[in-house]
Amino acid sequence: MRLRTSRSALPGFALTLGITLAWLSLIVVLPLALLVLRPWTLGVAGVWHSIAEPRVLAALRLSFGAAVLAAAVNVPFGLLVAWVMVRYRFPGRNLADSLIDMPLALPTAVAGIALTALFAPKGWIGMLLTPLGIKVAYTPLGILVALVFVGLPFVVRTLEPVLMDLPLEAEEVAATLGATRAQTLRRVVLPALMPALLAGFAAALARGIGEYGSVIFIAGNMPMISEIAPLLIVIRLEQLDYAGAAALALVMLLASFAILLLLNLLQWRMGRRAS
Amino acid sequence: MTPVSGIAGAPLAPTTERPAIQAGLIVLTILLLVVLLLLPLVVVFVEAFAHGLGAVVGALVEPEAIAAIELTLVVAAVSVPLNTVCGLAAAWCIGRFRFPGRRLLITLIELPFSVSPVISGLVWVLLFGANGWLGPMLDRAGVRIIFALPGLILATVFVTFPFVARTLIPLMQEQGAAEEEAAITLGATGWQIFRRVTLPNIRWGLLYGVLLCNARAMGEFGAVAVVSGHVRGQTMTMPLQIEALFNDYDWVGAFTIAGLLSLLALVTLAVKATLEWRIGRRGGALL
Amino acid sequence: MANRTAGRGIAVKVEAFELRKAFGRTVALDGVSLSVASGEFVALLGPSGSGKTSLLRVLAGLEFVDSGRIEIGGRSMDGVPARERSLGFVFQNYALFRHMTVARNVAFGLEVQPRRRRPPPRDIRARVRSLLDLMGIGDLAGRYPEQISGGQRQRVALARALAIQPGLLLLDEPFGALDAKVRKNLRIWLRDLHDRMGLTTIFVTHDQAEAMEMADRVAVLRAGRIEQVDSPDRLYASPANAFVHEFLGEAIRLECSVTQGRAHFDALSLTDIKTTCPAGPAIALIRPYEIGLLPGPGPVQVLSVHANGPLRRVRLALAGQALEVLLPEDSWSPTVGQSCALDLSRASIYSLASADTPRSPQALSKTATR
Repeated sequence: MRLRTSRSALPGFALTLGITLAWLSLIVVLPLALLVLRPWTLGVAGVWHSIAEPRVLAALRLSFGAAVLAAAVNVPFGLLVAWVMVRYRFPGRNLADSLIDMPLALPTAVAGIALTALFAPKGWIGMLLTPLGIKVAYTPLGILVALVFVGLPFVVRTLEPVLMDLPLEAEEVAATLGATRAQTLRRVVLPALMPALLAGFAAALARGIGEYGSVIFIAGNMPMISEIAPLLIVIRLEQLDYAGAAALALVMLLASFAILLLLNLLQWRMGRRAS
Repeated sequence: MTPVSGIAGAPLAPTTERPAIQAGLIVLTILLLVVLLLLPLVVVFVEAFAHGLGAVVGALVEPEAIAAIELTLVVAAVSVPLNTVCGLAAAWCIGRFRFPGRRLLITLIELPFSVSPVISGLVWVLLFGANGWLGPMLDRAGVRIIFALPGLILATVFVTFPFVARTLIPLMQEQGAAEEEAAITLGATGWQIFRRVTLPNIRWGLLYGVLLCNARAMGEFGAVAVVSGHVRGQTMTMPLQIEALFNDYDWVGAFTIAGLLSLLALVTLAVKATLEWRIGRRGGALL
Repeated sequence: MANRTAGRGIAVKVEAFELRKAFGRTVALDGVSLSVASGEFVALLGPSGSGKTSLLRVLAGLEFVDSGRIEIGGRSMDGVPARERSLGFVFQNYALFRHMTVARNVAFGLEVQPRRRRPPPRDIRARVRSLLDLMGIGDLAGRYPEQISGGQRQRVALARALAIQPGLLLLDEPFGALDAKVRKNLRIWLRDLHDRMGLTTIFVTHDQAEAMEMADRVAVLRAGRIEQVDSPDRLYASPANAFVHEFLGEAIRLECSVTQGRAHFDALSLTDIKTTCPAGPAIALIRPYEIGLLPGPGPVQVLSVHANGPLRRVRLALAGQALEVLLPEDSWSPTVGQSCALDLSRASIYSLASADTPRSPQALSKTATR
């Protein structure tokens, strides 16, 4: 029960807090504050017009829709990978563990062109899909693939520590009470993992909404079809429409914060019920 | 149906799946990891070497490529130390003291992670761009920030700001302040405490944070794309050069530079695995 | 040396006046005054949350009081930072520098001194060596903290604290992390070390046996207040209140009421006893071996009798309540089922009217966490 108040025997509080606050204000707070203020130079009606454009709405729908879908795909994928990594031992496991972080370590532009090369009609995977009539590169499906790629580690890495801490006793008790393995997994393990699954989903979603580098190469960037919202911001900036770009950015920020807040609340309620 | 039992008829533990199911899940996982995560890495090198080693060397000695590599190194060399110092400062005040607003400060530090890279670049254009808040003033003074090196650095600093602090804060909280307090009672000054007690204790964590910060600084694309202006040979970092070459259909060139960055990613992952082993933490995400 | 408080290993006097400290709404120190003579060995004893560790940290300058005054060696500690107090502090989990060898740990306090006061490296090495030898761990100099046992770590922590030749040694639960056997040996050793080095020592513990065995005087703390400071003998013989009485050892608690200088146990139909306690509701506390058991008809019934070394453990039923008393082996031995009378003449009576006296264990814990 040792709480430290603002006065402590350790030195350096004022200095380090000063540096932190100064740097944070200069690098993060001030620029973001400007982002919040800038759109309103258009007036409220102007902001509305710049957002309500069909092309903008299509881009927002695509960015959020693809991100949600990719995060949803990553939930079972992530669960599978995390389960296998935590519960099973197999040759090459350490290598596989390092591989999971690949999407985070690989620069997005590299991932973008690599995925494009793979899924292009003549690419290694595209070649196999073309005869089936599936087109991935230069379609919204390509966006989904890229977002699944970047999002997977978020779900896996959120699940792993929770899975590791999960007491085996609960599963043993279920078994002694006569539950089958499938029943145990569905009724004991899965509920305990729900908050972490949701957190992983949220993290993957947050990353997916704003993702740019890995997406634009494979997307094809057709207006109204495969043009993501961040790209539209870039286009508006190139047209020197700063306020319009800021308005779109602000909508994206607010929408993603709202979604994340909602998911956090849900996760918090689940966690409370679980404990 | 009798349950399939393990080796030599040993009964199956109630907390595990049948061997056949286990094997199936493992194969499925490996398949997923290979197709989704490993193939993209492999294809980078295959495409780079598609026309042999000579083409790769040729792409590397291209003046534009050299300029991009140099610029990337300069940007990282400036932003990483800046964020390291500030990350250390933030970790010290948040990890060692309790004060009102501490949670808020952590949230603010992590904010850049939840912002789209494009927005991370956009904020600097809004501030310093031609139509920006300070842009016209700077223009008259002859100072160029956007479409120039300072803009690239600012965008990179914004994006990589959280890495060091975020790695160190939980580490320092977990270690507690007892050793620092012991050093105080033994008469050490603040600087002596930091250099002789704190720094040795957090050195692997610090290295880890710096490593992640550096990987992101060199690989950042969206944020620098917005502030770069794409002046060939001048404001193109390696990821931007990749984009330009790719759009020119110069695949060997694009994948050669991509190969360089992939090597950086591989080194990062290797060092990360080693460091995780050293600081006794397993499977932490890079983000 | 004028700006160093203790230093050079000369025992100092420690005085604290009316110390108050709160963490938010939690009161850690509620008007604590304590005077420790130079060369004395004092234990701060109390349950967790009683403020004993806070008091120690305040003396060391690791925490700061809201009001009150501390003098060490006759000098006010106002505005004197921890690193200039020159006292030895041994932390609960030792807080050894994990990346330094044992020798480097011990040398640390000397190496960080300002250049003009820092001994030359050769002297530092010699001092470290002699300290490690004194602690009986001379062969561990090159080891790292994680490579040695808990008891050895404890000695390293002590050597490190003593290296700067403090006049005052502060120990926070020094044996808390050790197993019972090591603990026992270290107690004797530490007391001996204190006497040989001629230090002033203050140590925190929640173990009353430890405090009573080692200390010249024991300060019993509860809820940020010192309830009593006395020698172990006096503390045991005449506790200042029911809390101290119960904290220092097992006691049987019986409700009673006091009128005209006598305590009555109406509900229990026991004989009255004389007391100086003021009239009103009260409780009687008596240690299991202080109760006398008298043959024949009486309010208690013998439930069981067990031999327990030189003592006999007898379980009794008294008005639906079970009590356990200890009788000398050579005394009268009751048989199971027998009805007996009790001799409570050695009981201490504490008035419930005074606010400090806890009414029940629940009330006690409530006050302790206030």
